[in-house]
Amino acid sequence: MMMQDDKVIVCEKLTKRFGDFIATNEISFEVHKGEIFGFLGANGAGKTTAMRMLCGLSSPSSGKATIAGYDVYTQTEQIKKNIGYMSQKFSLYENLTVRENIEFFGGIYGLSDQKIKSKTEELLQVLGLKSEANKLVASLPLGWKQKLSFSVAVLHEPKIVFLDEPTGGVDPVTRRQFWDLIYEASDRGITVFVTTHYMDEAEYCNRISIMVDGKMEVLDTPANLKNRFHVRSMDEVFYQLARGAKRGD
Amino acid sequence: MRTLRFLLRKEFRQIFRDKSIVALIFFMPMVQLILMPLAADYEVRNINLSVVDHDKSPYSQKLIAKIIASGYFRLTGYNASFKEAFGLIESDKADLILEIPHNFERNLIREDHEKLFVAVNAINGTKASLGGSYLGSIIGDFNADIRMQLVTTPRFSQFPVIEVVASNWFNPLLNYKFFIVPGILAILVTMVGGFLTALNIVREKEIGTIEQINVTPIKKHIFILGKLIPFWVLANVVFTIGLIVARFVYGIVPEGSLLTLYAFISVYLLAVLGFGLLISTFCDTQQQAMFIMFFFMMLFILLGGLFTSIDSMPDWAKLITRFNPVRYMIEVMRMVILKGSSFNDILPHLGIVGLMAVVLNGWAILNYKKTN
Repeated sequence: MMMQDDKVIVCEKLTKRFGDFIATNEISFEVHKGEIFGFLGANGAGKTTAMRMLCGLSSPSSGKATIAGYDVYTQTEQIKKNIGYMSQKFSLYENLTVRENIEFFGGIYGLSDQKIKSKTEELLQVLGLKSEANKLVASLPLGWKQKLSFSVAVLHEPKIVFLDEPTGGVDPVTRRQFWDLIYEASDRGITVFVTTHYMDEAEYCNRISIMVDGKMEVLDTPANLKNRFHVRSMDEVFYQLARGAKRGD
Repeated sequence: MRTLRFLLRKEFRQIFRDKSIVALIFFMPMVQLILMPLAADYEVRNINLSVVDHDKSPYSQKLIAKIIASGYFRLTGYNASFKEAFGLIESDKADLILEIPHNFERNLIREDHEKLFVAVNAINGTKASLGGSYLGSIIGDFNADIRMQLVTTPRFSQFPVIEVVASNWFNPLLNYKFFIVPGILAILVTMVGGFLTALNIVREKEIGTIEQINVTPIKKHIFILGKLIPFWVLANVVFTIGLIVARFVYGIVPEGSLLTLYAFISVYLLAVLGFGLLISTFCDTQQQAMFIMFFFMMLFILLGGLFTSIDSMPDWAKLITRFNPVRYMIEVMRMVILKGSSFNDILPHLGIVGLMAVVLNGWAILNYKKTN
């Protein structure tokens, strides 16, 4: 199912230190094109820090990484052209309307006016936001905001999209719909790199990694991991690994 | 460039959607420009004067009448003793005490000199020193009158007298409003522009939207321009409203050309907004930005030459004012509006402020980091 020569993310001993604190400790892994890669770990395990380095938002302390073939130290701006990012905190403009947000981010990513127009209509259709198009984003319920946020992150058809806990606080129905969007993006060849605390969502991923105290403890398919730990659910895999964690809140 | 268009559109939409910001931008400066010059009055009037007249002679009456006629003093009353009058000072009912000694008239005529005693309540420094000197010059005047009457002078006085006659150029009536209104307008424009830009980027940091911008391939200078231009336009609008208020409320018509004025303000605003942007790149919260901005604004305003003259500052303070953009703005406002200075006259000012604009904005771009 996966080809070995189409790596879009390559990490080698990637490390981030904040003073004495090692947020991300020598993580090494590869992610392939079109893959849905689950990035799991307890709170404070270093997921967000790692993701910020991969997105070019944060400079690594040591180690190597390339995203879509670009170096995380020297080519952050090229990386940014090729990725989409959805942060943990909702970060579209609340005081702009749905339509204005789509237009703005489309414009920033250099989409043509024609393209922005057609993308906007398409998005409103898919998300069922037609009647809300001219309402301020602030007035939307959280689930809709998150779906909109994801759609904006993949508006420019990036090679990779990074999702930092995209479904936190969202109801199960909307989560399901959110994952439908992720599958659609993946089908179009967009690689999805996603962190989550929901273990049912972990099952949806092609491969998952689990971070404990800044280190990447395991990396495999959900089925293999369950076999390895002789358990029936991802919940139990996670519990066995994460209960040894010293960090967290 | 195309990216800039989207940034500007977004920024203007956000600004005009925020009603409190719109009110802040347009309403506040107008109200301030109408109220502040009325309050920030350099002229000291209504100085409360308490008189202790031990002489009660025609001369002492004449002197008191002359003092009251000057219009600067308000007689709170006659007191029998200095002690009683001092009680008024203590209870803040009087600012000055004039004590006229016994035999004031007699000594003046017979011995040709007499001493008056003036006590000043120096808690309100300006009122006290100005009041004291007004009183001094009125008494001096009175003194001259008496000499004229008493001394039957020969054809030419044996004491050569040099009289100083002042002529107030550019503001012949010494209308303090002509002096202060352009200055206050300069400060208003600076505050509105500086604060809005400083707070804007920091707010995006606080809400987290800047993260979504930083993860796009947007160029740093385009982003900074996208923040600079909207507030530059707004500050120009505020300035224009201010000029209109100055024209119709205070009757201040710029003597020099409006073009010169706008040429300067355009460059000046770039410097001020650049300063705001620079601060915002250093701060993580609006609170921090607010405090830092306030710190500098206080310095800029107090060392700007509006409320105190730069010429009378100590050398080290003068040195600081050379790095104060507000100082140049206030000077140019007065030069062009009151004196009618031409473009060539303000060129040195324009050059310095232009340099500040380049340095501050350049620094802001360098210091704005998309990758931490």
